[in-house]
Amino acid sequence: MKITKEEVEYVAKLARMYLSKEEAKMFTGQLDKILDYINLLNELDVNDVQPTSQSVSKRNVLRKDTADNTFKKEESLKNAPSQDKGFFKVPKVIE
Amino acid sequence: MEFEAVIGLEVHAQMLTDSKIFCGCSTKFGNEPNENTCMVCLGLPGALPVLNKKVVEYAMKVAIATDCKVAPLSIFARKNYFYPDLPKGYQISQYELPIAEHGRISIDLDGKKKVIGITRIHMEEDAGKLIHEGVGEDTDCSYVDLNRACVPLIEIVSEPDIRTPKEAALYLKKLRQILVYLEICDGNMEEGSLRCDANVSVRPVGQEKFGTRAELKNMNSFKFIEKALEYEIKRQIHTINNGEEIVQETRLFDTSKGVTISMRSKEEAHDYRYFPDPDLVPLLIDDAWYNEVKATICELPDDKIQRFVTQYKIPEYDAEVLSSTKQLADYYEETVKHTDDTKMASNWIMGDILRELKNDNIEIDACPVSPKMLAEMIKLIKDGTISSKIAKTVFEEMYRSKKMPDAIVREKGLVQVTDSGAIENMIDDVIAANPNQYEQYKAGKDRLFGFFVGQVMKLSKGKANPKLVNELLKKKLT
Repeated sequence: MKITKEEVEYVAKLARMYLSKEEAKMFTGQLDKILDYINLLNELDVNDVQPTSQSVSKRNVLRKDTADNTFKKEESLKNAPSQDKGFFKVPKVIE
Repeated sequence: MEFEAVIGLEVHAQMLTDSKIFCGCSTKFGNEPNENTCMVCLGLPGALPVLNKKVVEYAMKVAIATDCKVAPLSIFARKNYFYPDLPKGYQISQYELPIAEHGRISIDLDGKKKVIGITRIHMEEDAGKLIHEGVGEDTDCSYVDLNRACVPLIEIVSEPDIRTPKEAALYLKKLRQILVYLEICDGNMEEGSLRCDANVSVRPVGQEKFGTRAELKNMNSFKFIEKALEYEIKRQIHTINNGEEIVQETRLFDTSKGVTISMRSKEEAHDYRYFPDPDLVPLLIDDAWYNEVKATICELPDDKIQRFVTQYKIPEYDAEVLSSTKQLADYYEETVKHTDDTKMASNWIMGDILRELKNDNIEIDACPVSPKMLAEMIKLIKDGTISSKIAKTVFEEMYRSKKMPDAIVREKGLVQVTDSGAIENMIDDVIAANPNQYEQYKAGKDRLFGFFVGQVMKLSKGKANPKLVNELLKKKLT
């Protein structure tokens, strides 16, 4: 086994996903197969290969430091499910 | 058992750019909530971040100023966590391959230099602001303002080379001075443009292995940092002496009680699952770019202090005070362009000028006395037009009215009396008015000499040349 049910439940929790017992069991099986397949890559010798961080060939895409935002505050708030006095409103979060 | 503390600091500095790190929103402080937002910093689907070139150059400047090695290749990473202060669900930061590593800052510890290593410097975006109370009527809600989200920060991580709260404060002061000198951060801790977290552990003296560390947060002034560290070190030593274990945790400094408190809700360890951000391409810094940025770096405090000592022949202490800010150092250099007495100029700036500025709570840029005016006044002292004592009066008037010193001297009739005849007359008057003291002096009571000097100066309203008064008195009294 490449992955345990506990690990699947932990990852789900980090992603704020709530799995039923059946789902957890099903995904554990599926993820195990995926990891098994990915594991094929371990057979390759990549000691001399630089890790890839980006698949496009562009480098140094930069912008000038100019404040040129034309987005209106009303537009920013337009899709918010809840808002008040110009703020986004969310369920209370205090860490 | 004797313990020592091991401290490392993580400093976040807000960069003084016009726009955010990955979008064209303004970084202006104090705008209406969510006014400085767009699809990028709101994390709307499909919006792509584009890196602000100035942020890269500012980070390079800090790296060069702290002797770091600037990476020819660096990349951005996503730090994943769910919290409404960043709507994307992750913060764009750097993890593997940060922009710079392996630097140092030296601090002055009671006359001795101590080097504090810098582990790494990286660029990242700030998070938005959450307000939990006082906005709307709904008490079950938090209110989110994303103006600060995506504002550029650089994080400077020190090696665990710091041993005392005092060293921590010195390191932070030095780092702040460099950032402000480079004009890339305003250094304001109270307003949060410079923030500091500390990793603290203790270990028995002589032991190499580090103890379990706590991370301290919420120390928004130099004073609080020293206090929080002092408290935390004592707490850890006390815990160990009681036979208990130190728990690795985040602790908040309670400024009103002066204690650190465990953030219990953080019991669940954070798992940020960093990975390279596919929305941003790698950043390459070649020698040409590096040298171009390096050439724009101004003279830094340490170099300035050394130059002041050799060029102006002033004590190191003076050079340090004068170099505390670039503006003050410029003021001094402008002053000594107009006068040769570099030490007298230093004395007046460190003494009277800094005192007046502090009283009025203003910066040197707003000083009513210009370097030229100060130099002119020093000239008047040097050529004997006014005495040092009268100069204090001239200075006060100059500071108040912004009039040139020679004009003040003329208007108020403050010219020093250097006419021997006039001084001799005054001496005669003083002797005539104090026959008893005169007899006692004649009988051998030498101490009374000072009394006569004082009386003559008083009679001249402080305007008599003290050196001449001394000389002539000696003649008259013998």
